[in-house]
Amino acid sequence: MNEFISYTLIGVFTGAAYAIAASGLVLTYSTTRVFNIAHGAVGMVFAFVYWDLSQKQGLPDWLALAVVLLLLAPAFGVFLQRVVVRNLGNAPVGVSLVVTVGILVGLIGVATQIWPPAPRTLPPFFASSLIHIGANIVITWHQIITVLLSGLVAVGLFLLLARTRVGTAMRASVDNPDLLRLYGGKPQLVSGLAWAVGTSLAALAGILLTPVIGLQYYDLTLLVISAYAAAMLGKLTNLPMTYVGAMGLGIVQSYAVGYLPSAGDVAGLRAVIPTLFLFAILVLLPQAPLRIGQVKGIVSAPVPGFGKAGLWGGALVLFVMLLAFGLADSDLLLVGTAATYGIVMLSLVLLTGYGGYVSLAQFTFAGVGAVAYSKLDQPNLLGLLLAVLIAAAVGALVAIPVLRLTGLYLALATLAFAQLMDKLVFQASFAYEIGNPLSADRLSILGLKFSGTGAYTVLMTVFFVLVALLVIAVRRGRLGRILIAMRDSQAACGTLGLDLRWMRVGLFAGSAGIAGLAGALFAGLRGTTVSADFQFFSSLLLLLMAVVWGVTSVTGAVLGGVFLMYLPVAQSNNPSIAGLLFVLLGVGAVVVGRDPNGLANKLFGFNSWVMDRLYPKLAERYPGMALRGRGEDDDALGALDEVQEEGVERDVVVAG
Amino acid sequence: MSLLQVDDVVVQFGGVTAVNHASFEVEPGTVTGLIGPNGAGKTTCFNVITGLQSPTSGRVLLEGRDITRMPVHRRARRGIGRTFQRLEAFGSLTVWDNVRTALDIHAGVRGLLNSVDGSAEVEVERLLELVGIEEYADERADSVPTGVARLLELARALACEPRLLLLDEPSSGLDEQETLDFGRLLTQLAGNGRTVLMVEHDMDLVMSVCDTIHVLDFGTIIAQGTPAQIRTDPVVQQAYLGYAEDPAVGSHVRTDDVEETRVLPTVVGSP
Repeated sequence: MNEFISYTLIGVFTGAAYAIAASGLVLTYSTTRVFNIAHGAVGMVFAFVYWDLSQKQGLPDWLALAVVLLLLAPAFGVFLQRVVVRNLGNAPVGVSLVVTVGILVGLIGVATQIWPPAPRTLPPFFASSLIHIGANIVITWHQIITVLLSGLVAVGLFLLLARTRVGTAMRASVDNPDLLRLYGGKPQLVSGLAWAVGTSLAALAGILLTPVIGLQYYDLTLLVISAYAAAMLGKLTNLPMTYVGAMGLGIVQSYAVGYLPSAGDVAGLRAVIPTLFLFAILVLLPQAPLRIGQVKGIVSAPVPGFGKAGLWGGALVLFVMLLAFGLADSDLLLVGTAATYGIVMLSLVLLTGYGGYVSLAQFTFAGVGAVAYSKLDQPNLLGLLLAVLIAAAVGALVAIPVLRLTGLYLALATLAFAQLMDKLVFQASFAYEIGNPLSADRLSILGLKFSGTGAYTVLMTVFFVLVALLVIAVRRGRLGRILIAMRDSQAACGTLGLDLRWMRVGLFAGSAGIAGLAGALFAGLRGTTVSADFQFFSSLLLLLMAVVWGVTSVTGAVLGGVFLMYLPVAQSNNPSIAGLLFVLLGVGAVVVGRDPNGLANKLFGFNSWVMDRLYPKLAERYPGMALRGRGEDDDALGALDEVQEEGVERDVVVAG
Repeated sequence: MSLLQVDDVVVQFGGVTAVNHASFEVEPGTVTGLIGPNGAGKTTCFNVITGLQSPTSGRVLLEGRDITRMPVHRRARRGIGRTFQRLEAFGSLTVWDNVRTALDIHAGVRGLLNSVDGSAEVEVERLLELVGIEEYADERADSVPTGVARLLELARALACEPRLLLLDEPSSGLDEQETLDFGRLLTQLAGNGRTVLMVEHDMDLVMSVCDTIHVLDFGTIIAQGTPAQIRTDPVVQQAYLGYAEDPAVGSHVRTDDVEETRVLPTVVGSP
């Protein structure tokens, strides 16, 4: 009985901290319609800041706390709102997700750069004095303070929203910011305040939980899942329900830690209670209505014809063949890795670039493919196909619980799913366990074994080209048109008779299957894989890399794959700026994220820039030289242009 | 039996009652008008019929079968098609591809697997010519004029061969001549056995093509009957004229920019 009471008390404490985090999330989401995936990362960074001030610089606890909560965190919140997420509320969900994932990765980069990995401890408040109730029940002052603070936050938010003018304006800005502006309100000011308070609450939750979770980059970042799970009970807008959700979650999690076995296959279960809780709530939520009156028409990168795509694909294979002759095996492994990442990128081109859905778990699907391929131990096309199908089935499995909800919830569900797989499945004895590598053989096709690293790398490139052609075929065909139509207007698709829910499941399955193929090929390339190869964080990097280089084109996938491969290489070559590279990627995504066509699309524009702008200018300046602009009578150039016009189905660029 | 039956439908958004115990029927093979002042609940009725909005209470029946809980796409498969007041064309696709996509969706999974025989291309051409926008075929749908986009939505809806076609303010964005052509097209569609339910503010159009008219005000049906009956109905005159600021406005009230003037012009003065 004493044990039970103890666990309940710990649960109330955890729930109180979750409630603080979740109410911050609800506040920012409901006033600006931007779901901040970096909410946990914000808490993480400020926990580090607080540690730095109180432990390293030796400030008194209360002063450090005041500096963080009343000064630094609100300032950072206003900065985020003003500079980074401004006007993002009206953008497609995909864009706001990418930008906030960019913030998340950037913040992890900042933390690793300023506070490199080292053992750090943050003592709880008033650690020296404990309160004993009865014989065996002990409460810490830290727990009491946390519960009190969460009550204080609840009362404070209630007073702010219900009793002040600015709170009324906040609630009004949820409904209609334009109208608020017409009536003399200042939605930007209101949003800024919401982000200031929200960020401060994230920081507070991070600081309160650190003595329990530990001062770590990733575990604190995943606090967003717990906060999200709690907030979902109130559909991201209802604060009282959010508190109920947070308390329930905290208590359930505490019981799980107390009573579930701490060894064996279900040991990981204890760490993923928030995620399971989240999925349970997602399944129970009612159908979301289709949105009518959306902004439509999105700029897309040009889609090449098969002739042109085949030509480039052939050239790529030839190039890798040359590399296979010239490079050492260790470098060829990197080329193969780039091909793997390229294929995973292609899965995102299909899902995000064409379909408009965001997934934060593509590497998890790749991991499923790798595990399946290794465990099946059938290093041939059949084994590969089975691995792909298993990954596809898992992809469908993620999309089905979220069947009735919108894209935002689907994306968040994939994040939760990735964490679930990291902690529960990949570490179980039927997959990797902790730190246990799985070995796999290289593929043979029709009895021909590709055992050399060079040959295998070329094979992987061929697979990349084949998948790329498949993706282009889908885009050019009926299915591709339907995907674009779905992205433009779900309501119209529905009233024309399209079952959007199963279309989405199918799209997810297809995308997961492609990622699974990449994982299976990767397992064969490396010979052994470990669970760390498929951590959730890689999926975030992948998404950002894809968006920076262009998630709507195969070219973007090639470039993204190469750079994603190069990122860890660059980091291990220059460990002193490892974190900075994450920051760079995060900032890049924040800057480019609003245009999903990315840098690749800029390349496509280069040719016409040369023809239309550069040539005439040069011709004007140096009239004697044989430079001719477009439109003049030049057979060679004219013919070249024609070929390109023919090969490229131009999607006219119109801002959506 | 009537094709569509809206039975005592109530829709509440928070404290606002958008549709208040509305009941009406649509007979097969007719053009039926649903008119009423702005905010009367016409579009909400359409959303309830197509399944985009579930009613707080009440039922929707298609050929006597209760479809109130049926998802959007299944209703479409049963023959309900619609256009939107706020345009929902597929902006990133060309006009041609918009209609083609509708055909593909209508054909379903089997259509995806069917071999390419060119019949779909012919059908797209036919539909674009039917509504008269073939010259815009290769333009992106988010770059064509509003009137064209409305006709495009009509062509797209027709691609799914609906038995019941819901048109939400189809003539807004059309000029006078185009509206006349459009009226003829509607009559032709009804002649071919299609049933049309239309929300429309151009009273000349409504009065000339509709067989039956239902008048909605504050979410309730206040009158129904033939155009001639509606014209002279005192309740309708009261509802419209009660709000009218200037009943002498000309007989063509366009609703492109100002969504609505609460005026039923042809009621005044004309026989």
